[in-house]
Amino acid sequence: MADAQRHVARFTNDSRIPGWDRAADLTKEPAVVPDAATTEVPAELRAAIEDAVRRFPVGDSAFIPALYAVQEQYGWCSPEGIEQAASVLGRTPAALTAVATFYDMFRMEPLGRKTVYVCTNISCSLCGADELLEALEAELGEAPDVHIRGFECLGACDIAPMASVNGIYVGPIGLDQVPELARQIVAGDDPLPAKQLIKRPCADPKVAEK
Amino acid sequence: MTDTLLFKGIDEPGLNTIDVYLARGGYEQLGRALKMEREDLITELSGSGLRGRGGAGFPMGKKASFIPKGDMQKYVVCNADESEPGTFKDRELIQKNPHQLIEGLIIAAYAIDATINYIYIRGEYDQQADILDASIAEARERGFLGEKILGSDFSVQLELSRGAGAYICGEETGLLDSLEGKRGNPRLKPPFPANEGLFNGPTLINNVETLSAIPSIIKLGAEGYAAIGVKDSSGTKLVSISGNVERPGNYEIELGTSSRELIYDLAGGPVDGRAIKCWFPGGSSTPVLTADDLDVGYDYDSIAAAGSMLGSGAIIVVDETQSVVELAYKLAKFYAHESCGKCTPCREGTRWTVHMVERIKDGTATPMDLDIMAAVQEQIIGHCLCVLGDAMAMPIGSLIAKFRDEFEAEIEDNRNERERKLAEEFAAAEVEIEGISA
Repeated sequence: MADAQRHVARFTNDSRIPGWDRAADLTKEPAVVPDAATTEVPAELRAAIEDAVRRFPVGDSAFIPALYAVQEQYGWCSPEGIEQAASVLGRTPAALTAVATFYDMFRMEPLGRKTVYVCTNISCSLCGADELLEALEAELGEAPDVHIRGFECLGACDIAPMASVNGIYVGPIGLDQVPELARQIVAGDDPLPAKQLIKRPCADPKVAEK
Repeated sequence: MTDTLLFKGIDEPGLNTIDVYLARGGYEQLGRALKMEREDLITELSGSGLRGRGGAGFPMGKKASFIPKGDMQKYVVCNADESEPGTFKDRELIQKNPHQLIEGLIIAAYAIDATINYIYIRGEYDQQADILDASIAEARERGFLGEKILGSDFSVQLELSRGAGAYICGEETGLLDSLEGKRGNPRLKPPFPANEGLFNGPTLINNVETLSAIPSIIKLGAEGYAAIGVKDSSGTKLVSISGNVERPGNYEIELGTSSRELIYDLAGGPVDGRAIKCWFPGGSSTPVLTADDLDVGYDYDSIAAAGSMLGSGAIIVVDETQSVVELAYKLAKFYAHESCGKCTPCREGTRWTVHMVERIKDGTATPMDLDIMAAVQEQIIGHCLCVLGDAMAMPIGSLIAKFRDEFEAEIEDNRNERERKLAEEFAAAEVEIEGISA
């Protein structure tokens, strides 16, 4: 069966933290806030972070929007991107990295910008999500710039089995539609336009009566 | 069934835009609420009997009354993280009628005098967040948000904050930490968020559906709203029905409707006339019920009396062809993945439960494993800062209690299968050894 968590990197003793079992390097200088004067930050990245800072009374609240901005800029939370965000926010890169590693939607390695999440949680797996993930992975193969993974409940059990293609929810996806969907993902086209959640009417018959 | 309240004409095209919402009387209730005294408004909310729709079912008016009075900065935070497996009601409300939520939120903010407010939406709901963002901008443009709204002396701000994929951020204090830009670890309670929440200020946290119900309460009056439903479960509730059913989706029901009616009449029951093996009445975190419990009324107290919880109102139906071991495996893996790791019983308990179910699957488990597994579940419940661990322990515990025969049969079958394979390998290996010695 497909393994939803296989993309979570595991290190010694099943830990998610690389090098946790190695002694700390005491000769290393402690991390500091990157110097804002010497750190070059792309204008759009700086603008996005500063906009986020304005929306909260406390600057740290902008960490998550800042990480999204880094991911948008570089395709993943790259060390240089985090360094740049840290300099704008006036915090250490470690503080940002600590937050980024907690959340599933931040990519800590370059995995491809076209993101496909296939929900493999209970309702979807009752409707054949594991087979869907397997088929879609096989169909996509080594397609460039595509990152496909199983994901926990995406909150769309009414269209199970489903997938989120760059944030667009599509489902229910039949196995016969997998080749078409894979082609659209690779080409960057609108995925299965007829099956998009956003176009789906409410299931409640009382709504349709009105 | 009475008229729909939350879902009233929800498929009307363009309802997410402010003009269509205003044309059907939108934001009128806000105007009425702003003319009320704050205390009367809270009394009205309490009198409606509205219970929190996010999972815990705590009376909403009571929660609002816990917020201290005074000049300190107070906050309303709307929990739109909706990551409980099986739940997708808030998604439909946000996508199709975002202004109803914004109106309810402003009324709640006025009731507790909160001038800075947030909606925390899960990161995966990208399209819904964009719609909500646009709606907030519209409301701001029309003067429903901002300085001294609608001629009153109440000023209010609202911002949308996106999560980034973590189930635990649906837990209220985990959500607050995430909103403050930290890892979403739940906090020790007390102090409860009503006293010390976001940025250490008093914070009222409510689910999307709870806040969306507020305009209807103001419109119908507390008594009018309380007349819908049954005692201690007033009003209408959105139920998300999914899994092995003919017509999965969101349905607005009057609380107290029989569960059989929901699963069979509304959702069409399992496909091909299959029987129901078990069903989760309120999301994957609630103990499972079986086909024998189908006549239980769908309201907070009746479901509790049947040994489970109404939770978020997400019914997941599992038909007779599914394996309970596979179900337990999916459950345990989900919670093990989503455990934030702060409390040991949850972090280790979920991990070991996954290992034990894996043992059943690969044929190395013994019947004694079931008792150990059940004991692990008991040791998680009530021993952590939040209920994520309990949320695995309760359904897994109930699966073991109710389907013990099936677990035992699977243990036996998988063990026999493994032994047969081992014997085959052994036989094949012996031939080779003989070959060497010959």
